[in-house]
Amino acid sequence: MQTKVGAPKPRLSLGDPRVRGWLFQIITVALVVFMGWYLFNNTQTNLQHRGITSGFDFLQRSAGFGIAQHLIDYTESDSYSRVFLIGLLNTLLVSVIGIVLATILGFIVGIARLSSNWMISKLATVYVEVFRNIPPLLQILFWYFAVFLTMPGPRNSHNFADIFYMSSRGLNMPAAVGTEAFWPFMASVLLAIVAVVLMVRRANQRFEETGVPFHKFWVGLALMLVIPGLCVLLFGTPVHWEMPQLKGFNFVGGWVLIPELLALTIALTVYTAAFIAEIVRSGIKSVSHGQTEAARSLGLRPGPTLRKVIIPQALRVIIPPLTSQYLNLVKNSSLAAGIGYPEMVSLFAGTVLNQTGQAIEVIAITMSVYLAISISISLLMNWYNTRIALIER
Amino acid sequence: MTTHVFKPDMPPPGNRIGIVAWARANLFSSWLNTLLTLFAFYLIWLIVPPLLSWTILDANWVGSTRADCTKDGACWVFIQQRFGQFMYGYYPTELRWRVDLSVWLAVIGAAPLFISRFKHKAIYGLGFLVVYPILAYSLLHGGHWGLTNVATSQWGGLMLTLVIATVGIAGALPLGILLALGRRSDMPAIRVVCVTFIEFWRGVPLITVLFMSSVMLPLFLPEGMNFDKLLRALIGVILFQSAYVAEVVRGGLQAIPKGQYEAAAAMGLGYWRSMGLVILPQALKLVIPGIVNTFIALFKDTSLVIIIGLFDLLNSVKQAAADPTWLGMATEGYVFAALVFWIFCFGMSRYSMHLEHKLDTGHKR
Repeated sequence: MQTKVGAPKPRLSLGDPRVRGWLFQIITVALVVFMGWYLFNNTQTNLQHRGITSGFDFLQRSAGFGIAQHLIDYTESDSYSRVFLIGLLNTLLVSVIGIVLATILGFIVGIARLSSNWMISKLATVYVEVFRNIPPLLQILFWYFAVFLTMPGPRNSHNFADIFYMSSRGLNMPAAVGTEAFWPFMASVLLAIVAVVLMVRRANQRFEETGVPFHKFWVGLALMLVIPGLCVLLFGTPVHWEMPQLKGFNFVGGWVLIPELLALTIALTVYTAAFIAEIVRSGIKSVSHGQTEAARSLGLRPGPTLRKVIIPQALRVIIPPLTSQYLNLVKNSSLAAGIGYPEMVSLFAGTVLNQTGQAIEVIAITMSVYLAISISISLLMNWYNTRIALIER
Repeated sequence: MTTHVFKPDMPPPGNRIGIVAWARANLFSSWLNTLLTLFAFYLIWLIVPPLLSWTILDANWVGSTRADCTKDGACWVFIQQRFGQFMYGYYPTELRWRVDLSVWLAVIGAAPLFISRFKHKAIYGLGFLVVYPILAYSLLHGGHWGLTNVATSQWGGLMLTLVIATVGIAGALPLGILLALGRRSDMPAIRVVCVTFIEFWRGVPLITVLFMSSVMLPLFLPEGMNFDKLLRALIGVILFQSAYVAEVVRGGLQAIPKGQYEAAAAMGLGYWRSMGLVILPQALKLVIPGIVNTFIALFKDTSLVIIIGLFDLLNSVKQAAADPTWLGMATEGYVFAALVFWIFCFGMSRYSMHLEHKLDTGHKR
């Protein structure tokens, strides 16, 4: 008789890791599905008992309340979907201003921490250690309640050269109102930019081919000044400034930055800049000193060494954590709910939720907005990161 | 024969040593540096004297009412009068010893963990983590052993801040470790579930999570089942924080060389034993500084419970500053709260740096 030699017949047993793996996964999926069904079921019963109809119909209803700051036209009879749009725009406004200012301040402080000047580096250290260890909400409340609301009223406002007025109602400043010459002016600026881009391309190409340098900066500056300047001479001034005027108890005309916006922007900028400074410092320090020495021995002067050798390498270390700081800033802008700045959370998840009682829909919309912003910022920064990443040969 | 006698060394020139040389090298090495130094001095002159006179020199230290604050500077009387509220919230005055006792228990109980010669840290630490929360909860909440019940709605001040932060991190740690393991699992279903969970919580702000836990959680639960406000907030904080802990722990797991996994498998250890006995002890040691940093972030984030109406330190200050008998004391209140938060956060970040230095023992290759 011949006996068969070979692998034993596969049997389903718990001793087989693959079988156990499948079992685990099936149990997990079943649990997740069950949890989802259970929550859904409970919610349905609860909603029925409370007499709340679910659905997004409420978005079409008229809101009926005023909003302190809206970037697009709004009246009280507008719908909740318009309120949502205003909240979203205000969130984006704070985030964009905050990101730009925090990046600038953060880079300055981060470089100052590495300065050979003892005083400057110590000052920067104190800044970082003080502001990153205080909760951002506390900083927002401090700026709002202890600084901006304690400013004098509009009649005794701090006056800066009759142009800016700082009072407890906010910062009043001249508004730029476009005249007939506005669009020709914008077109001329666009034309100037195109001309500069073409000039730089041509100059770079010539430099690559012949090695003859070209004064790109000065010619570019001249182009940017001359083309719009000619346009102003031809058509007149593009904007006319509308000055804020004190009438009665408040200012009329001009633009006003409401104190909530100021408090939120300053607090978020100062807080996030402290973190960005640390990121910049560690990024620059991660470039080994040999790189500086090599660049110097090639004859590069300190400025080009920094621009062409150190910063491109440091950016690779800086970008990923910088992205997460930007995301944090966007998420922290929701702290505006603490002072009532009309952005996404305080306007939509606060006021609208209270008025309509559509908790699930409102929270779901709010969360998906933040998820969408988070994902788009990470995608953008990932794209930038791969573009500047080291190409290893 | 004459022998050569060396003359004694001359001292270095005056401008090469001492404070002058130091200043020349560090403050005035170039015209740009000189300018920067002068600018720095100008900034200091702009900030420090007014700050000093407001906080200390011109401040009001003694008194009991607002009328006692006659000088220009800060009115610290306000802080003195409301100190109890800032620390304990509305916790009944005669029962505040229970809060103090639980803090002392935590300090004394945790002390052996910081003594490097203590041998049985792991076992003691686990035991402490199990026993202490039960003890602290029964002390603070009461309702048995002859202790009167104090509802969580009366908890507040710094005490509530600490409760939320510690419970948040203690609850988030085990969940976070499981999520991190799940994210690195070979099983696609488990990996997808974990990744979705982590990325969802990391993508939304804590404030919406708190909104959700206070508004939507009651809708999710079966009828008649209801939690109190603090517990709802804690659930939100734990879920939110576990995602961040998971990412920190994942970093530690990735830093362990593959040889360790293979060696554990070669010893015949199954998944849970190789993780529990070989990988996690090394990985967790690596990520302790990261976890401390997460805890600092959480500690700062606890201030957000103001939005759902819990009276933590910041909200107590905000409430007290809105009191009509103490109008205009917002600055003093917020400065005090900032100082308390700063001391905690700065202390912890220093401790985390110290740990990083101490634990940096040869995982580099």
